[in-house]
Amino acid sequence: MLKVAVVTVVMLLAVAYTVLLERKLVGRIQNRWGPSRVGPFGLLQPLVDGAKSFLKEDIIPTGVYRPLYLLAPILALGCALISIGVVPFGEPLSIAGSPPLFQIANVNIGLLVILAVTSIGVYGIALAGWSSNSKYSLLGALRSSAQMVSYELALGLSLVGVVMRAGSFNLGKIVEQQATQGMLTWNIFGGMQFLAFFIYLMAAYAETNRSPFDLPEAESELTGGYHTEYSSMKFAMFFMAEYANMITVGCVATLLFFGGWTSPFGDLIPPSENVFFDAGLSIFWFVLKVFAFLFLYVWVRGTLPRFRYDQLMNFGWRWLMPLAILNIVATSLWLAYR
Amino acid sequence: MHLLFFIVFAGFCLAGAINLLLQSHPINSALSLIVVMVSLAVLYLLLGAEFLSIAQVIVYAGAIMVLFTFVIMLLNASREERTLGSRAALRVGFPSVVAILAIIATVILHTQGLGVARLSDGITSTEELSKVIFTDLLLPFEVTSVLILIAILGAVAMAGHDEKDLHRNSERTGEK
Amino acid sequence: MNVFFSQEVPLSWYLLLSAVLFSLGVVGFLIKRNLITVFMSIELMLNGVNLSFVTFAHQWHAVKGQIFVFFVMMVAAAEAAVGLAIIIAVFRARATLAVDRIDRMKL
Repeated sequence: MLKVAVVTVVMLLAVAYTVLLERKLVGRIQNRWGPSRVGPFGLLQPLVDGAKSFLKEDIIPTGVYRPLYLLAPILALGCALISIGVVPFGEPLSIAGSPPLFQIANVNIGLLVILAVTSIGVYGIALAGWSSNSKYSLLGALRSSAQMVSYELALGLSLVGVVMRAGSFNLGKIVEQQATQGMLTWNIFGGMQFLAFFIYLMAAYAETNRSPFDLPEAESELTGGYHTEYSSMKFAMFFMAEYANMITVGCVATLLFFGGWTSPFGDLIPPSENVFFDAGLSIFWFVLKVFAFLFLYVWVRGTLPRFRYDQLMNFGWRWLMPLAILNIVATSLWLAYR
Repeated sequence: MHLLFFIVFAGFCLAGAINLLLQSHPINSALSLIVVMVSLAVLYLLLGAEFLSIAQVIVYAGAIMVLFTFVIMLLNASREERTLGSRAALRVGFPSVVAILAIIATVILHTQGLGVARLSDGITSTEELSKVIFTDLLLPFEVTSVLILIAILGAVAMAGHDEKDLHRNSERTGEK
Repeated sequence: MNVFFSQEVPLSWYLLLSAVLFSLGVVGFLIKRNLITVFMSIELMLNGVNLSFVTFAHQWHAVKGQIFVFFVMMVAAAEAAVGLAIIIAVFRARATLAVDRIDRMKL
């Protein structure tokens, strides 16, 4: 139970500071400072933003369908936080025979649990748009859910290559299988999964409704899409759900393609005798890789223009899905002839 | 613990199924059905079928029900009405179904040799499933994939717009 | 209270639950007046049957029972796709989803 509380608190803090990272980084890309007044280098900005969200007036329009209107942000944020439960942050250290310390639930089908929770997260958006009883919300929700469902296919298919190499859905086993020689055996390099990695990257950007696939929530196109009619804390919950999804996607990418908590130097640096130092080092590598992934996310958002909706659906169905299937066939042939 | 979990999630299943019948707006029925499916996934997990439980969530609750929700939202389905036909169906349908349920329940309760389920009975791993599906049951697997392909083609052909549709729509609104 | 911490559940309870779900699905199919809700009752029936397949697969340790459930899920997905396409086509032709108004061939 303590583990769950710690991970939830760390996750929420990470979400808040990812918002800050994005604002500062996008600011720098656009040749301006990001938030820099509150605290040193703007580091207290998320706390002030959180307080602002709590104190804003909570407006519920009259014509909304109340039960679903109130349920939708809960569903979105809940699903975003649940999937962090199967992610291992560090090496499988167990103190006196306990289950692994750095993972909340060591499930044999861990990867599928993350996919399942992502599928349920679509409902948060669809129900939010429908219950808001407004044209813009409904259109935005329909577009967004259709986009998410389409790219879920490419997402799932691109991960099959990794699962075939590892022979298991268990996230811990997938990472251990990449740990033999440091950077050379990570799935993206030695495991020949670079095509799968790029497909996964693009499908993940579309799944989390982020640039360049963020038409459903683009302010200039649809006045905010599915969260038009939401204010203060419920809007903040949608916001947090989006960033929590980003972090989860980053975690899954590091676990599956970049070797999780293993160091890139592999056996060149022998493990030290201090068990706590090793455990801390594994968490450090994991956090560093997830941070690099988030950096890439924000970098892409600041740089690329957005897709038009029909270009987006075209790309997902006619390019990514066949490429993912091609990747599965190629990986299985390569594995069979090794 | 097993009994407690079973009672809680079987209760959710029954509540969801009865709610599906009692609600008049289709979106409420759809959400109750999602509750039924997720609780059934937990029941499959209690019976040791871990891959099936997660497949139930991904396929049924995460894809099929999303499709239902889309159609309800697109067609803007509204609350049901009480007509002559519905009252007749209530008076005939309910008793006949109670009769069917009574027959099935009698058969189940009089069967000898049904065991008990324990959590310690072990979980069927995905490897065992895949061994059987790709050796003994390969033909049904391939036929199912062809079936899904046919279903996709049929659905796109039926639900897509065609030339005649567009002309007919513009005639209805009176424009050229 | 101790009875709730028992580790055993008789399999006949799972089968009874499956029978109840199936019959609730039949009731829904007969009494509901909206086309989409009727279709959802069919999905409820399929789910009830899936539960009894998994129960028997557990009793006889037969993996084929679980694979059959897998096939039922796939067929239900295909059927849902085609059925919803038909419902959309019917809606385009009749502009209503009430079962009592779609039951004649005459427009």
